[in-house]
Amino acid sequence: MIMLFYLAAAIAVIATIAVVLQTNIVHGLLYLILSLLAVAVIFYVLGAPFAAVLEAIVYAGAIMVLFLFVIMMLNLGQHTQNQERTWLTPRGWIVPSIMAAVLLGQLLNVISGIDYEIEPTQVGVMEISALLFGPYVLAVELASILLLAGLVAAYHLAKTK
Amino acid sequence: MNLEIGSPLTVGLILFAVIITGALLITVERRLLGFWQERLGPNRVGWFGSLQVVADMIKIFTKEDWIPPFADRFSFVIAPGIIMSVVLLSFAVIPFAPNIGVIDSNIGVLFVLAMASLGAYSVMLGGLSSDNKYALLGSLRAAAQMVSYEVFMGISLLGVVALAGSFNLREIVEAQADGWYIIPQFIGFVIFLIAGVAESHRLPFDIPEAEQEICAGYHTEYSGMKFGMFFVAEYVGLVLISSLITVLFFGGWLGPTFLPPIIWFAIKAFGFIAFFILMRAAVPRPRYDQLMTYGWLFLLPLSLVNLLVTGVIILSTQ
Amino acid sequence: MIKLIVDTLLSQVRTLWLVFMKLFQKKDTVEYPDQQPYMFPRWRGRIILSRDPDGEERCVACNLCAVACPVDCIALQKGEMEDGRWYPEFFRINFSRCIMCGFCEEACPTNAIQLTPDFEMAEYVRQDMVWEKEDLLINGTGKYHDYNFYRVAGKKIEGKDKGEALNEAAPVDVRSLLP
Repeated sequence: MIMLFYLAAAIAVIATIAVVLQTNIVHGLLYLILSLLAVAVIFYVLGAPFAAVLEAIVYAGAIMVLFLFVIMMLNLGQHTQNQERTWLTPRGWIVPSIMAAVLLGQLLNVISGIDYEIEPTQVGVMEISALLFGPYVLAVELASILLLAGLVAAYHLAKTK
Repeated sequence: MNLEIGSPLTVGLILFAVIITGALLITVERRLLGFWQERLGPNRVGWFGSLQVVADMIKIFTKEDWIPPFADRFSFVIAPGIIMSVVLLSFAVIPFAPNIGVIDSNIGVLFVLAMASLGAYSVMLGGLSSDNKYALLGSLRAAAQMVSYEVFMGISLLGVVALAGSFNLREIVEAQADGWYIIPQFIGFVIFLIAGVAESHRLPFDIPEAEQEICAGYHTEYSGMKFGMFFVAEYVGLVLISSLITVLFFGGWLGPTFLPPIIWFAIKAFGFIAFFILMRAAVPRPRYDQLMTYGWLFLLPLSLVNLLVTGVIILSTQ
Repeated sequence: MIKLIVDTLLSQVRTLWLVFMKLFQKKDTVEYPDQQPYMFPRWRGRIILSRDPDGEERCVACNLCAVACPVDCIALQKGEMEDGRWYPEFFRINFSRCIMCGFCEEACPTNAIQLTPDFEMAEYVRQDMVWEKEDLLINGTGKYHDYNFYRVAGKKIEGKDKGEALNEAAPVDVRSLLP
């Protein structure tokens, strides 16, 4: 079980790095989907199958499909790959990577002191629902109002006069 | 025979049976379509055309497997693999009989929905990587259609889930011992049927591959075995949707005891397969905007109302 | 609005039912190689060359069929026998070009070239679609059993002088017509 976790985590990290380094945007998106699915596997291993499946349905299945949908309509080709390649020169990403490395060091420093035990406890759908509609019902309602507002706004923008 | 859930023998048998059924459906569909169009269909190879599938397979295997030089090779090659593996993975949670199945998952319904949403990538990547106008149009349509109809598919299932009180397909079947969910959830059944057809993009909702408008849509550039994967995956998807309807609304393996459970399951599932083929023979294809309008303005409110009414009834009877 | 929805749904259900009932109807398919269709006698199919009742070739190599042919699929060469009859030295029809229009049959003054109800002429080698005179000629009169060109025409051949044909007046001596 713990090996599965580390394997999925390694896949997620490698795939995410590949997303940044990939010049072909479609391939980059595929790596991003792979990373999301690896995260879903991590959720599953940690005992949250509901979160795992929602990760696959919502992120990998819906949002990334819409990303791909937009990419299809952008008419990308060789010239965008060349542009990406010029943007990926060391001069461009050396500063961000130094900053990210500093952050990573801080993170490792913080978590190395604590002794974590991964103990997968199954969290079923019932428990999540009871929490969502019990203590967190206000957050759920607010989120749904936000979504409704977005829906109405999208409908208004898309409506042709 | 000593079959139990998850044993290698069971898994192998299910995989074999599903793929063989998918392949045989090529012949069965051509035959049935012929009958419904006052033709005879292929009846030359073997007894009454039963070996037609062998001829089709030989043809598909020996065709040149051509990758267009302008295509994006990586995406082009993995696209047919995605749909095939996704559809076959969905069968993992289907309970075929009390002792036949791959896994007994607590999130079976959601797993099927997740796999269905991942299946959209195959179609989209296939069209996008082909670098072909028709393929691109096909995959644009496929993306919009599949993302839209996933929504109603999920919501229409929630009525069943609420009645059974579980996402586990096996428990849903067992909860139907007193009465199949087709009666309390008839609207949910109709919406799931329509969404299922749209999700597996078969006629009448095959606008991603509408031959008359955009050649073959997303698989215009495919040939040989890669096309065969798309082709067989479509039929395996048909088997999947029929099995799901059987499990969710028609009591799965439940039935009078003079036949074994697996036979009841097969009879019900084949009934729906035949119904899908009948729809292909009878119903004309809607226009793209009609499909979208129909989905968002008619099916979505209907499925929400269905869910609401189901919830009210469940709460009031408790 | 409700009526529209109900009507639409019912019409779909009715469509499905009607198409389903086709399962039990008689099929329109004619299973061709097992079940031969009736061919009408005047069907325009494979071209043959017929013989007259005496067993001689009817064709007199007049080339009218070759001229009438819209796709130029007929080729022939005139020859002449010692007794004065004309005949084709070779007669060649390219069936890969022929469109079975029947113009050659209409053009033929001697009823030699005729179209038959046979249509099964597929070949694996394209050259086999070119038929020579030996392939075209049949031992029979075809559709016109009693017609014999040299009996009714004024052409002089050995054993039959001018004016001796059926219903033919004796030739006029042009010198006797002088005023």
